[in-house]
Amino acid sequence: MSATSDLKPAERGAGERTTPTGHRPLRETQGNAARRAVANRVALTVLTVAMVVAVIPLVLILFKVASEGLAAVGWNFFTLDEPTYRVEEAGYRAGFVGTAYIMVGAILMAIPLGLATAIYLVEYGRGRLASFVRFFTDVMTGIPSIFVGLFVYGLLISSGAIFHTGFSAFAASLAIAIIMLPIVTRSSEEMLKLVPDEWRNASYALGASKSRTVLTTVLPAAAPGLATGSMLAVARGVGETAPLILTALGSRYLVTTYFSDAQGAVPLQIHSGAMQPFEAGVERAWGGALSLFVIVLLLVVAARFVGSRANKLG
Amino acid sequence: MSVITDQQPQDPPPGLRSRTRRRVADPAFRWFVTLTGTSVFIILAAMVVRTTTEAWPIFQHQGFFGFLTGDRWVSGGSRSDDPADFTGVYGAWPFIYGTMVTALIAIVLALPLALCIAFYINQLAPRRLRKPLSYTVEMLAAVPSIVFGMWGLFWLVPNVLRPFFTWLESWAGGFFLFEGPVFGPGYLAAGIVLAIMILPIITAIVREVIAVNPLDQQNAAYALGATRFEVMRKVILPSSFSGIVGASMLGLGRAVGETIAVMMLIGSTKSWDSSLLQRGDSMAALIASLFKEATPEGVRGLMAIGVALFLFTMVINVAARLLVWRIGRVAGDAAV
Repeated sequence: MSATSDLKPAERGAGERTTPTGHRPLRETQGNAARRAVANRVALTVLTVAMVVAVIPLVLILFKVASEGLAAVGWNFFTLDEPTYRVEEAGYRAGFVGTAYIMVGAILMAIPLGLATAIYLVEYGRGRLASFVRFFTDVMTGIPSIFVGLFVYGLLISSGAIFHTGFSAFAASLAIAIIMLPIVTRSSEEMLKLVPDEWRNASYALGASKSRTVLTTVLPAAAPGLATGSMLAVARGVGETAPLILTALGSRYLVTTYFSDAQGAVPLQIHSGAMQPFEAGVERAWGGALSLFVIVLLLVVAARFVGSRANKLG
Repeated sequence: MSVITDQQPQDPPPGLRSRTRRRVADPAFRWFVTLTGTSVFIILAAMVVRTTTEAWPIFQHQGFFGFLTGDRWVSGGSRSDDPADFTGVYGAWPFIYGTMVTALIAIVLALPLALCIAFYINQLAPRRLRKPLSYTVEMLAAVPSIVFGMWGLFWLVPNVLRPFFTWLESWAGGFFLFEGPVFGPGYLAAGIVLAIMILPIITAIVREVIAVNPLDQQNAAYALGATRFEVMRKVILPSSFSGIVGASMLGLGRAVGETIAVMMLIGSTKSWDSSLLQRGDSMAALIASLFKEATPEGVRGLMAIGVALFLFTMVINVAARLLVWRIGRVAGDAAV
């Protein structure tokens, strides 16, 4: 090292220098090393820039939705209906109640079914049937939500429907449940797999049967993780708009029936509010977007929180 | 996060099996969960059968290939379900084209970015920052699509995209992809917003795929003097290739099925145009936008579009899942 630094600049000809022992100094780069180092530097910079670029849309969306939406959200927003888009004093009560109706129904349908499927896959599923169930559950996550809406329309609403209910909160619940089902199943499956086999064996050693072991040992042990998965599925379902157009149809007044009348929902009200020309209606649509966003965000953050607690307990 | 091998279920030892009440309760429980497990087939089959029967008269009226290649869409007013009485013309080509173009724009824009982000988070970011960064990207997946639609329509298009399109048109307007006039909403606007929407799912899966690359291989490359970029490009990337293809196909499937944001941004016309700056419509968006005003015959037409859309996404999804499954299963997550 010291030998190199003692050399005068004029003697530093490329590839000619040697140390007193006759070796090329380690600091000396040769061949394409410089180009490789530059390529590396450039690539790492590109990756970092890409990361920053990817965060920008989220920041912009958050900022826009918050700044426009906060002006519209107030007490009236949650307690009044929206008779016309033009009036200033109006709110999304009908939508909030409708979304609650639809989501409660969807949760009651999707979570028990998804959980039971996950129990089948982890505790009983063997061979070809189980891997088919797994595969088609995965494929089901990719079905367009509008297609699910069309299916429920054909099943419950169209003139050729098998069980005729007409546009209703129930139809919307069914559509959202079908969208949530594969998400619940797959996340529950992962969580049940994390329960160690020793726990199952301990339960068997106490004389418990298999069904009892599943219900009293495996499920409680996996409970926080199961809650995380279900909350993420709810977060996904609550923002769905497309299937609701075909099943709930929408209503700007409070509807309290579940099985018969067309029902409102926040995403539907946002959509119709955003696509009409009156200023007040558009502003309320931003308010709706903000509240929907906050609901989803709370669900996701709560799910992460519960999930991280679960990991610590396990 | 990691590869999960299919472990066999743990059964109780045989000596404990059958005793009085258990003789009924245990098999009953077993049958119950097995039946619910197979419900996924019942739901899928019901979906296919129900929508196809609703759409069948349209295919009879128009012919399946006539339906796919026709470029005129006029809903008829007939109330009967006999195809002989139908008065409309149903050609889905403009919407199939719109779907393909917007989805391709989305994937072309999102895939390189998602690759960069995935490598950044997995390889480059300080360990403390990895979780927050991946949560931030996944947060984008939590934004409801209606919010993307509104933000796109009211902020992104007027403030960013329309000026950009105007510049693009003045600079490259002679090229068939960028011919004017500039509207704002159109194929490119919808594709750009779709790219943002599918970014998280592609990133999440690419991260899973590159995470399973053996550390020994990477260390061996470092020991040979490779730079970090060379390790990523020559060690991790080649062995993750099929997984990355699978991830982008899953993203493509998402983009193809996305409805509400596309509906708000694509401009909703029943024609098609080779220029990306022009307005059009996609299959999913057409169903949602025509549904409320549709006649009974028109609804059957939309059902037919739905069936075509379903077939389209099915092919993409099954292929993608088969590719990703070879790598190892992706854990259930918000983005997936």
